[in-house]
Amino acid sequence: MPLAIALIVLVVGSLLFHFLSPWTFTPIASNWGMIDATINITFWVTGVVFVAVNIFMAYAIIRFRHRDGARAKYEPENKKLELWLTVITTIGVAAMLAPGLFVWAKFVNVPEGATEIEAVGQQWQWSYRLPGEDGTFGTIDAKLYSVENPFGIVPDDPNGQDDVLIDDAVVHIPLGEPVLFWLRSKDVLHNFTVAQFRVKMDLVPGLVTYMWLEPTKVGEYEVLCEELCGVAHHAMRGRVVVDEPEDYQAWVNSQPTFAEIQARPAGDPVLGAASYAVCAACHGAQGEGIQALNAPKLSGQDPRYLKKQLRKYQTGLRGAHEDDTYGRQMAPMASTLPTEAMIDNVIAYIGTLSDTDAPATVTGDAEHGAELYTVCSNCHGKDGQGIKMNAPRQAGMSDWYLLRQLENFKAGIRGGHPADLRGKQMGLMSQTLHDEQAMKDVVAYINTL
Amino acid sequence: MTITLVLLGIIMATVIGWLLRQTLNTEPWDALDPAENQPGRGVITAPPSKIGLMTFIAVVTSLFALFLSAYMMRMQLGDWRPLPEPDLLWLNTAVLVLASFAFQMTRRAVTRGQLQTVKTGLIAGGVCTALFLIGQLVAWQQLGATGYFITGNPANAFFYLLTALHGLHLLGGMWVWGRTTTRVLKGADVESVRLSVELCTVYWHYLLLVWIGLFGLLLST
Amino acid sequence: MAYVAIADRDHEQELHDPTTFITKYIWSQDHKVIAIQYSITAMFVGLVALGLSAMMRLQLGFPDSFSFITPTDYYQFITMHGMIMVIFLLTALFLGGFGNYLIPLMIGSRDMVFPYMNMMSYWVYLVSVIVLLASFFVPGGATGAGWTLYPPQAILPGTPGSELGILLMLVALALFIVAFTMGGLNYVTTILQARTRGMTLMRMPLSLWGIFMATILGLLAFPALFVSAVMMTLDKVAGTSFFMPAILSMGETMDHEGGSPILFQHLFWFFGHPEVYIVALPAFGLVSDLLSTHARKAIFGYRMMVWAILAIGGLSFIVWAHHMYVSGMNPYFGFFFATTTLIIAVPTAIKVYNWVLTLWQGNIRMTVPMLFAIGFIFTFTHGGLTGIFLGNVVVDLPLSDTYFVVAHFHMVMGVSPILVVFGSIYHWYPKITGKMFNQTLGKLHFWITFLGTYAIYLPMHYLGFLGVPRRYYAMGDTEFMPESAFTLNQGITISALIVGAAQFIFLYNIIVSLKKGKDAGSNPWEATTLEWQTPDTPPKHGNWGPELPVVHRWAYDYSVPGCRDDFIPQNMAPDDVPMAADSVSQSPDVGTHGSEGETDGPDGEPVA
Repeated sequence: MPLAIALIVLVVGSLLFHFLSPWTFTPIASNWGMIDATINITFWVTGVVFVAVNIFMAYAIIRFRHRDGARAKYEPENKKLELWLTVITTIGVAAMLAPGLFVWAKFVNVPEGATEIEAVGQQWQWSYRLPGEDGTFGTIDAKLYSVENPFGIVPDDPNGQDDVLIDDAVVHIPLGEPVLFWLRSKDVLHNFTVAQFRVKMDLVPGLVTYMWLEPTKVGEYEVLCEELCGVAHHAMRGRVVVDEPEDYQAWVNSQPTFAEIQARPAGDPVLGAASYAVCAACHGAQGEGIQALNAPKLSGQDPRYLKKQLRKYQTGLRGAHEDDTYGRQMAPMASTLPTEAMIDNVIAYIGTLSDTDAPATVTGDAEHGAELYTVCSNCHGKDGQGIKMNAPRQAGMSDWYLLRQLENFKAGIRGGHPADLRGKQMGLMSQTLHDEQAMKDVVAYINTL
Repeated sequence: MTITLVLLGIIMATVIGWLLRQTLNTEPWDALDPAENQPGRGVITAPPSKIGLMTFIAVVTSLFALFLSAYMMRMQLGDWRPLPEPDLLWLNTAVLVLASFAFQMTRRAVTRGQLQTVKTGLIAGGVCTALFLIGQLVAWQQLGATGYFITGNPANAFFYLLTALHGLHLLGGMWVWGRTTTRVLKGADVESVRLSVELCTVYWHYLLLVWIGLFGLLLST
Repeated sequence: MAYVAIADRDHEQELHDPTTFITKYIWSQDHKVIAIQYSITAMFVGLVALGLSAMMRLQLGFPDSFSFITPTDYYQFITMHGMIMVIFLLTALFLGGFGNYLIPLMIGSRDMVFPYMNMMSYWVYLVSVIVLLASFFVPGGATGAGWTLYPPQAILPGTPGSELGILLMLVALALFIVAFTMGGLNYVTTILQARTRGMTLMRMPLSLWGIFMATILGLLAFPALFVSAVMMTLDKVAGTSFFMPAILSMGETMDHEGGSPILFQHLFWFFGHPEVYIVALPAFGLVSDLLSTHARKAIFGYRMMVWAILAIGGLSFIVWAHHMYVSGMNPYFGFFFATTTLIIAVPTAIKVYNWVLTLWQGNIRMTVPMLFAIGFIFTFTHGGLTGIFLGNVVVDLPLSDTYFVVAHFHMVMGVSPILVVFGSIYHWYPKITGKMFNQTLGKLHFWITFLGTYAIYLPMHYLGFLGVPRRYYAMGDTEFMPESAFTLNQGITISALIVGAAQFIFLYNIIVSLKKGKDAGSNPWEATTLEWQTPDTPPKHGNWGPELPVVHRWAYDYSVPGCRDDFIPQNMAPDDVPMAADSVSQSPDVGTHGSEGETDGPDGEPVA
């Protein structure tokens, strides 16, 4: 009897939960309302079965509970009843399947003339490529992935020259037009998901997969990786911005093409030396870093990382948080390098500076730090040397600066800007370090590398 | 997966078909169904080891079918470069056929109680199988010597993998063969090894069939 | 194959006779001892996996509070939790445990047909468990690739345990498969060959049908896991490219070329989906017997139940790619696999109807096993229905890889089979030990487990609707997850911890009742099946007295009209059945009660 009541309560409770709880579908922002409709059909059919079966069962439990002298009926089978139940079930199943297949057919067949975008996954970051004016993507060769050619485009393929490359986790798409996402992975399986768009698909190395949708609401949406891709899986975030078509076009036009990037002259250290004079005031003549001035060591750091940070200071992705005292000092300094060429030159000059390990100033339990560092090593390398195309060097850099940045990341002072997704990634990973002592331990371990 | 599905389909169809024949027209609650009260209806009288072997063969079939499916699927990808099968494989195949033949002969001799033929047959079967296995190793060496290493191409990798797997199954058979032969040579009575010989024969025929299938696939791709 | 009368099989199976303590209880060939060894080992690793899930829930409910759970640990926990629960607990417990214990007893044989191989099966299984657990202690720790072990990440740096952990996992799986195959050959052969006189296939209890079909599925499906494990090991160790395309790893391009990660997924799920039924079918079978016994009513639609088991078993081989709708495989496969997947819902639904209809017009004794059996119907219905969402390819798009999936498979494959496991342990405990367990504790265990698990998994579905992804160490801040969802997660964690703790009630109960339980008698539930008719309780080595039992009827003669008792044991000859006082004259022959069911008339069945 209590069980029958429990069953009834659970059924009613489930229904109430379904209708009253605040947790339900994230509002849709694409054309895939049909998917939601199919789910609703499924909800109704399965809901009726769920209620019917369990209420019937609860009733049976009450009505046919054991009583002295009672005896069960002997009925090994009832063909007619079983046949009817089979038929009704089959109809119910067909009622769910048919619309499902119909909608799937729509998903499989991409409409003509869709805007094409390639989303590229890599442990644990996103980047994007557009086919450019010729509408055709250049060929990719997985053996060509490198710092200079992160997309692995075959250099002499004419189709690839005008490919627009977005080496950042934010992509824009036009409102109200079908958008075809080609999905490509450089290393392991990933999955491109925007909850508001409803559709998702895996990225498979060695293959190019696809999915399409038509955004219906201007706005910014978060891209999640939903296929386990390693320790930083949960930190692999991207962003899709749905623009009015004209804004979209303007954005596309502002992005560099493969040919433009290839044609960029390498930075000239001689020219860079002049610009560096400003930097030297705080970072030291040899880029060795001056703790008293809160300026970290620069020499020996990954040039790509330095460049990205300068760009972030310039665009307000970094050094804009009100609690980021030292970042706010750096931001105006970064704007002394207004052109891309100037940045390249300065970085080229920094590359020529002598690279001696910064002195250790932070102390902690290096042994404990070593355990914690196993997570970090996946991006920053086993020896803290940094990994090309992924994360900067830590070993031999200013340890006090590492500590402060860890604190900033954890507190959202750095990496808190919604468009700074690499920063956000580090922010999520810094959650692994639960307190100040853990951070000191890790830094102490890095000092031993 | 087509190959796997077809083979598993056959296995499942056999199992389910057989079960259905046992079950379809019975109403088990009718305890006085005269057919039901025939003692032993539906019980298989074959010795357990025979049923065990047949089941095992079904498992091995599934295993090889899955490898073959993987082979076919992997083959369709761009980097597949077939490797030249050493001619030695033809000789090996012939030797394995001989082994199978020897077992068949032994089986016949067992039913007729001819102890001497049983001994000869068993030894011939074992020797031929050993020769086959050695031949396979030589074939590996030949391939290795001409630069077809396991890492070179998936075709190579599959070749080594499939032949190794087949060889291991034969080695497993050789263990049973070894026990049986020892018993016979120690003077055991023919009747006492009858079942072992029968099972070995079935197993060898089966592995010959597998090898012919594998070899055919390797040749044709 | 020919059939002849059993009477012709005059030879009795030779039993190995244990003399010492070691051969009796450790190095034992007795199926009952092996079953208990299997069960204890499986429950032990199950406890480990339960502990892992508690850690995972702590991290998910209270991120940032437990410094000893890093992402590395977290991914190792989910991987090991999944693999242990699915393979090393459920598969081992249902087939190695219940299969071993029940098959010979229920078919009336003295033991398995290959007792030595049966013993080896357990020991190899034990080694596989040890290898698996050892992987926690090797440098780099256990693998954190997810229980699906997808390459390339499974064998690349960036995934925890990609050096030794993954290899030990693959070795443990290969060993498990060897152990399973040895056991499986035994179960199949024993059921086919060693049934006692009169025990036709259709007189077998549904438990045996479930175990039998699950074993066949396992024998045919585990090779797929074996194949993929071997090929992945070669990719890792020998540098082949079965599954490895040309890729980047740790900033460097690798030597691999041309392999296909999807090929692995096909092989894995070709095993993985039947695996669901390897766990579910024995549960279906066992629960049918529980329901029938405690409702004092013949299982409704026995034949339909048998055919449904066969149909589900057959169909389970052609639905595997519904796990791969968003894997990037050819999207046109979606049409086929969605259709087959939804077709399999029909026989499954029939089973549910028949369970409920078994209760209808029954005489339901609300015993502890019955509570669990009915709890199973509820959770399985729930889990089965959410499966229809995920099986319908387009509905899977938004829900795949979210908590909806986690909630679904825990309902259908975690909670439901485990409820059957508990129900069955309570049900057969008196036979296995000769003692009765403590009813109050049993009921307490049921209520906490049943209500608690629903409190865990019902809300989890709705996290999935929100779009919360699974396998995330921490959500961090997202724009689409409301703050309340984090609170919900805490609630789920608290429920999970309570349910986890409640399992110790169960352990306490079964351990203490060994000593303190009341003597149960040989057939406390008044059940019909053969295992309750053994001359000794617990059954001695060899199970039966000098003579094997002879079976005269099917397994479900409950509440047969005209009989005095509401059950007739399978081995009771028609002439011995005690009649009700008032019906002796009119119904001298209980054998003809078949006309009670609507079985007359042409029903289209082929006549042999």
